[in-house]
Amino acid sequence: MVAILYLISALLFIFALRGLSHPESSRMGNIFGVIGMIIAVFTTLMFKSVLSYYEIGAAILIGGAIGSFIALRIEMTALPQLVAAFHSLVGLAAVFVAAAAFYDPVAFSIGKVGSIKTASLVEMSIGTFIGAITFSGSVLAFGKLQGTISGKPIVFKFQHLINALIFLLIIFLIVLFVINQSPTIFWTIVIVSILLGFLVVIPIGGADMPVVVSMLNSYSGWAACGIGFTLSNNLLIITGALVGASGAILSYIMSKGMNRSIINVVLGGFGGEQDTSASKDNSDKIVKQGNAEDAAYIMKNADSVIIVPGYGMAVAQAQHALREMGDILKKEGIEVRYAIHPVAGRMPGHMNVLLAEANVPYEEVLELDEINHDFPMTEVSFVIGANDVTNPAAKTDESSPIFGMPILDVEKSQSVLFVKRSMATGYSGVDNELFYRDNTTMLFGDAKKMCEDIVKSLSS
Amino acid sequence: MEAHSSEVFVIGLTVFFLACIIGYYVVWSVTPALHSPLMGVTNAISSVIIVGAILAAGPQGFDTSKIFGLIGVVLASVNIFGGFLVTYRMLSMFKKKTKKTKEKE
Repeated sequence: MVAILYLISALLFIFALRGLSHPESSRMGNIFGVIGMIIAVFTTLMFKSVLSYYEIGAAILIGGAIGSFIALRIEMTALPQLVAAFHSLVGLAAVFVAAAAFYDPVAFSIGKVGSIKTASLVEMSIGTFIGAITFSGSVLAFGKLQGTISGKPIVFKFQHLINALIFLLIIFLIVLFVINQSPTIFWTIVIVSILLGFLVVIPIGGADMPVVVSMLNSYSGWAACGIGFTLSNNLLIITGALVGASGAILSYIMSKGMNRSIINVVLGGFGGEQDTSASKDNSDKIVKQGNAEDAAYIMKNADSVIIVPGYGMAVAQAQHALREMGDILKKEGIEVRYAIHPVAGRMPGHMNVLLAEANVPYEEVLELDEINHDFPMTEVSFVIGANDVTNPAAKTDESSPIFGMPILDVEKSQSVLFVKRSMATGYSGVDNELFYRDNTTMLFGDAKKMCEDIVKSLSS
Repeated sequence: MEAHSSEVFVIGLTVFFLACIIGYYVVWSVTPALHSPLMGVTNAISSVIIVGAILAAGPQGFDTSKIFGLIGVVLASVNIFGGFLVTYRMLSMFKKKTKKTKEKE
């Protein structure tokens, strides 16, 4: 009976993910997920060994209240750090479950204290190891996304060698643990894994965060899998594998969006260091500067506008003002669409959520492959808070660090408007030659204020 | 039971690989626009390790294992409620705007 209920729960989780293939079916999917979770929890509560309903109920209420409070209060622009924080909790929970199984193996029928089955010990320590890495890596990712810790990559000598040695140390500790089942060694594995988690994320810079967040998503799944093997619980194994696969695929999509291998991203140290040197070479070039009225005039006289949002839009919280601008243009009979680069923002799908929040219809929001061939037939590209993802150097300059990265071909449209705070380079530290072209107009200022000013000029 | 432990492991492994394959195909079918809600949902469902935490917290009396179990239940619950709710919020945004534009038209 238990196995059947768990199977139903697992199937509901699969349907939950399947529902996300289309916005219209996605809400039903989320409900499937909730039902699956309720079945899983109540099935477990029905176990004969589970007697302390009050304590468990209280724990669920406390956790549920905290989780609901955070989820309902959070600003959509802060989603990436929220997701990172949630991942850290999954990791930590996995460590605690593994610890509980170690201290009371009888409750999980995996042996007795001091004589736990070898297979269970291996699975338990792997679950602990992945859980602890997920925990500390996510905490650090949270700090970087929140801005508590500098988003710049921190690189030091022998970094990868040190990480490799720590990894070997952990394997050695796991072997020791399996042999003598000592609590001291168990906690040493936890602490050393936490340290490794920090060290793994430290060299990775701000704009590589989509990959890191996806990777940690994947790890949290594998941690659940490890616990599932320890408890011989198919529901945990299936769910963990689903989550693990999901995170791995997202990481792959994100690194492909930057034309870099996952390994290259993980090794880190990309960008951030060359900010000043690269822009010097172009100090004598002329930049055409404009203001909100110029932008309004240019767009009003166009037939089609493609808006390219980036992380800068999220930082400035400009999505609502931007949508207002789009609405006015549409009323004038101008075709307005949005082009989303796979790595725009700080997590997969970040821009889509922000535009959705601002009530932009999702039919107008297109992915790189869908819209890229339309730029030559477009009069105005309005780039707001994005830079590297439009840089033609990715196609022409083999020496450029971003060479080979798929970009949005804004340079093929008749004119380009760039909303930027300053001439500073993007994350990659590479200068963008587009800024100096004749058909480019730079609009310096805060993205939100600029959109509001354009709205004013358009309406007057 | 002891003699069958390797069998149990192989069954687990079978389930694991089949689930990975299902995950692979299901996730590739997710539209890129919904990648953020996908992270929200996966985050919520990975907290199904609450099952393990409940088992640890289940027995009467108080010992180390039970305390760890209860902490695990709290942590996983934060994620379950938080993950599903934040996903719900995201997904309802994807609904709202289509309706509004249709009304406008």
